[in-house]
Amino acid sequence: MEQFNNRNVADNGYFMVDIEDYPTDGMGKFKRIIKRTFRLELFVGLWVVMREMIKFDIHTISYPAEKMPIGPRYRAVHEMKRLWESDAERCIGCGLCEKICISDCIRMDTKIDEDSRKEVSEYTINLGRCIFCGYCAEVCPELAITHGGEYEQASEQREHFVDYEYMLTPIDTMKANAQKEFEGFGSITPHEDERVKKTPLAY
Amino acid sequence: MSNVVINIDGKEIITEEGTFVLNAARANDIYIPAICYLTRCSPTLACRICLVEADGKQVYACNAKAKDGMNITTTTETIEKERRAIMEVYDVNHPLQCGVCDQSGECELQNYTLEIGVDSQSYTVQDVDRASHDWGHLHYDPGLCIVCERCVTACKDMIGDNSLKTIARGGDPLNAEYKESMPKDAYAMWNKLNKSVIGLTNGTDVLDCTSCGECAAVCPVGALVNTQFMYKSNSWELKSIPATCGHCSAGCQISYDVKHTSVHNPDEKIYRVMNEWNYVSLCGAGRYGFDYENRDVTKDETAFANAVAAFKKADTIKFTSTITNEEAFILQTLKNKFGYKLVNEEARSFQTFLSDYSAVSGTSIYGSDLKTAMNSNFIISIGTAIKTDNPNARYALNNSLTTNKGAALYFHPVVDPIIAGLSKNIVCINHKPLQEEIALYLVLDLFGDKSKLPTDIVDYLASFHSKEMVTVTETIKEKVIEIVKEMKVNEETGEEEEIEVEKSKMVPKKVSKEVEVDVNRLISMLGMAENFMETFEKLMKKKDTFSMIVGPDLYNHPNSKNLARLVALVEKYSAFELIMIPTLTNTLGVAMINELSDTAGSYAVGYNTDADFVLSGLGEGDLDMPAINQQEGTLTSINKYVNPTNAALPYGGYALNDIANALGLDAKNTIDYTVELGSIDGFKAQTFDSLPDHYTNSGEEVRGYRLENLSTSVASDESVNKIDETLGLEGEIIYLANPVRQFTDFTKNTTNLDEKSGVYMSSEALEASELNAGDSVSVKTENGELTAAIVSDNKIAGNITVLPTFDSKLNSGALVNGYRFATASIQKV
Repeated sequence: MEQFNNRNVADNGYFMVDIEDYPTDGMGKFKRIIKRTFRLELFVGLWVVMREMIKFDIHTISYPAEKMPIGPRYRAVHEMKRLWESDAERCIGCGLCEKICISDCIRMDTKIDEDSRKEVSEYTINLGRCIFCGYCAEVCPELAITHGGEYEQASEQREHFVDYEYMLTPIDTMKANAQKEFEGFGSITPHEDERVKKTPLAY
Repeated sequence: MSNVVINIDGKEIITEEGTFVLNAARANDIYIPAICYLTRCSPTLACRICLVEADGKQVYACNAKAKDGMNITTTTETIEKERRAIMEVYDVNHPLQCGVCDQSGECELQNYTLEIGVDSQSYTVQDVDRASHDWGHLHYDPGLCIVCERCVTACKDMIGDNSLKTIARGGDPLNAEYKESMPKDAYAMWNKLNKSVIGLTNGTDVLDCTSCGECAAVCPVGALVNTQFMYKSNSWELKSIPATCGHCSAGCQISYDVKHTSVHNPDEKIYRVMNEWNYVSLCGAGRYGFDYENRDVTKDETAFANAVAAFKKADTIKFTSTITNEEAFILQTLKNKFGYKLVNEEARSFQTFLSDYSAVSGTSIYGSDLKTAMNSNFIISIGTAIKTDNPNARYALNNSLTTNKGAALYFHPVVDPIIAGLSKNIVCINHKPLQEEIALYLVLDLFGDKSKLPTDIVDYLASFHSKEMVTVTETIKEKVIEIVKEMKVNEETGEEEEIEVEKSKMVPKKVSKEVEVDVNRLISMLGMAENFMETFEKLMKKKDTFSMIVGPDLYNHPNSKNLARLVALVEKYSAFELIMIPTLTNTLGVAMINELSDTAGSYAVGYNTDADFVLSGLGEGDLDMPAINQQEGTLTSINKYVNPTNAALPYGGYALNDIANALGLDAKNTIDYTVELGSIDGFKAQTFDSLPDHYTNSGEEVRGYRLENLSTSVASDESVNKIDETLGLEGEIIYLANPVRQFTDFTKNTTNLDEKSGVYMSSEALEASELNAGDSVSVKTENGELTAAIVSDNKIAGNITVLPTFDSKLNSGALVNGYRFATASIQKV
């Protein structure tokens, strides 16, 4: 990371590329066309490919057989997390994600459940509209909706909905203690506890 | 009241003497924080956050009255400290459930906490178990409650049900050291708060009230929530459509809050009804009866063609008054063009009553409105079941009784425990049906200016008075000296001995006296208590503003003409301001716009009523029409305002305007006719879009425009007929009135208003009879017969059976001959 943060151009071996000025007059443009047509620059590029092929030192991966690891802050298809303590769903149905969504792709219905608690009865995200900005994860007060690493969401239609069940951590994953916390937008920043003023308690 | 000049934060303000400082400040856009105060109600003094400094002394802005030259500072350092402490106290133990709270950000606790900048907590007390309660149509969560008592105040001062009160919370007292360390007012407020939560006055856990839901509307936090709305939607998702309630003639300002139905259904749906609760109070029908729209209507071209054909064939249009002014205007235009007979019995009788009234009063409509009634301190109600005919009139009555230390006389044959329970200063006179004339003569006698009243009326009134010698037993206290034997210890000897002591005592003694008293036969004719005049004198103490509310019983009375003239005389020759309750939503508008006929012709088109071809907003007719919540237009209210209303929900079918266009009229939208209403006397030529719809900070209603009360030619004849003393129904009596929260078939169509149709009998009448709730009975009068199940109703008392009119299938109207009362025989079947 350090090297990217250093903005001092002179120390980093940066140099100016010598690019000649574009021609402005007709003759100059004609000369450029002739030059580009007969210098066979295409084969320069093809030779690079050929050379690397022969060397068998390939840097690309054979997707989809192979996949790159995804960073913990990557913002792909949303996930709905469960509570570690009880395996219950974290989502309380507050509707903030629906409100903040700038592409208006989240929609939810809530109702009162048998225990007089607020329950999410329907929850959909239209991935065709979603721009994966991460606002929903950031605004979520319960760390319930987060982004995940699942980026393969090609679809035959523009509209492509995912629902609550699809995003929810499967109970088996929970039982196996395998739910991964999202580290990107909305996650708790370090040293959060030190910044909180404590409320006095009578007991 | 005279105007005074007060100074708030350096700003000179002219206000009426005796206005609360808070209201004066609000009217002049000066901000003083306040939680527990409700405009129009008496100050509660629960929150104490409206603390200001007046002439160097700390006072509460909500109950400090403006005096000339008053100097007010809204914030000082001490006040800031008090306010900060008060807000910290409110946040003590307040659950951090804002995410699921139904207030969803429309929360005064949140607002003030942020505004005052509470970022840490200094106080603490152990919490008690505050589990939530399901009170029926309301859900109460004491955990969220900040005990500002706004619900209690609204219920007591506006509604009059007195269903809520504060009850003991239990739990630990406050830590004693806070008394020293805390700001004084904050401690006092907390000390009270820590001891109370809200409970029901009836001692159960289920509300038994008139179910208006106003307490939930005024709740600053999410403690009181309408059960039907619980966890349905966040408020920010809802789009607010400003409208006028279409259920009764009160014309309350409401807003329909709409949103898509669900994830799967993008159609708009009304989720709740909100109101400007500081300035208007809704009834249960307005609050909960919102989903009466005509659903899933598409343009049915055949039905439309049939409708046009029916209009071409018809010679009569029958309609009800649940239509907008514009529609009434379309009907009138069609009448002018094609000579239809317009038939609307209920509006016709009101129209006739108004014109009979105008002949004596010289004004086209009654002179007053409910706001004036609310501000008066003596109200008389005659000829209306006020609680159900117009709930807002009842609120005005209650508000006058409670906040103006008012008194009232309620003349009505049906015993009404709700009205009787409003205050101890209301006298309910349950006269016999058909005796309304006597009541009006009594009002003339008690309040009329005898020096100005026509002499024959004065003489006639005098003929009811007679002097009588009455033996009165008075209790006086007399001094009696008694000799009592007492045992006393002789100090010298130390022995106990009997001595005689003289003791004087005041003993009550009854003395009979012969006194000459004035006996008013009108009083006994109405069956009132003998000591009425004594009670009346007590009621009349310190009363200076008078209002009279008259209602539909008079319009359909066999002697309605005479009654109208009497009513006009009362308005003219006494201090009374007059309000008439129009029978249905827009009866006043219809009565002013339409020329109505008494009888129908051979082929009739009906609008929301039975006829040969029926246009219906209820979805039952030959062609669908939009309901009021799907229409733009104006409605004329009891306050003589032409109020605009907007379409909350889309409507896919044909409207009356389309038929009118097919018949040769030309208007793109129904509201194009709003401006044309100007051609009717009293209305103004204002376009629909230019009609304002809001309240100002001073509480002034700026909605639509006020009808002009034109002067009419007065006949010099002010004579009224004498009382026919034989009138008065006896025996088994039925009365046509709705249960609370029901008005028309539209309210019946809603899901939240679950009042049953049937024969309403008071619980005490049922107990006295062999009948039980649920029994099927046949009600037979000389006009007709119906069979329905008995519904027990504890909102009425006495022996009169009430038949609702909100269910047209019951067809209770067929049982009477216009007048809402009739004698009947009720038999179990």
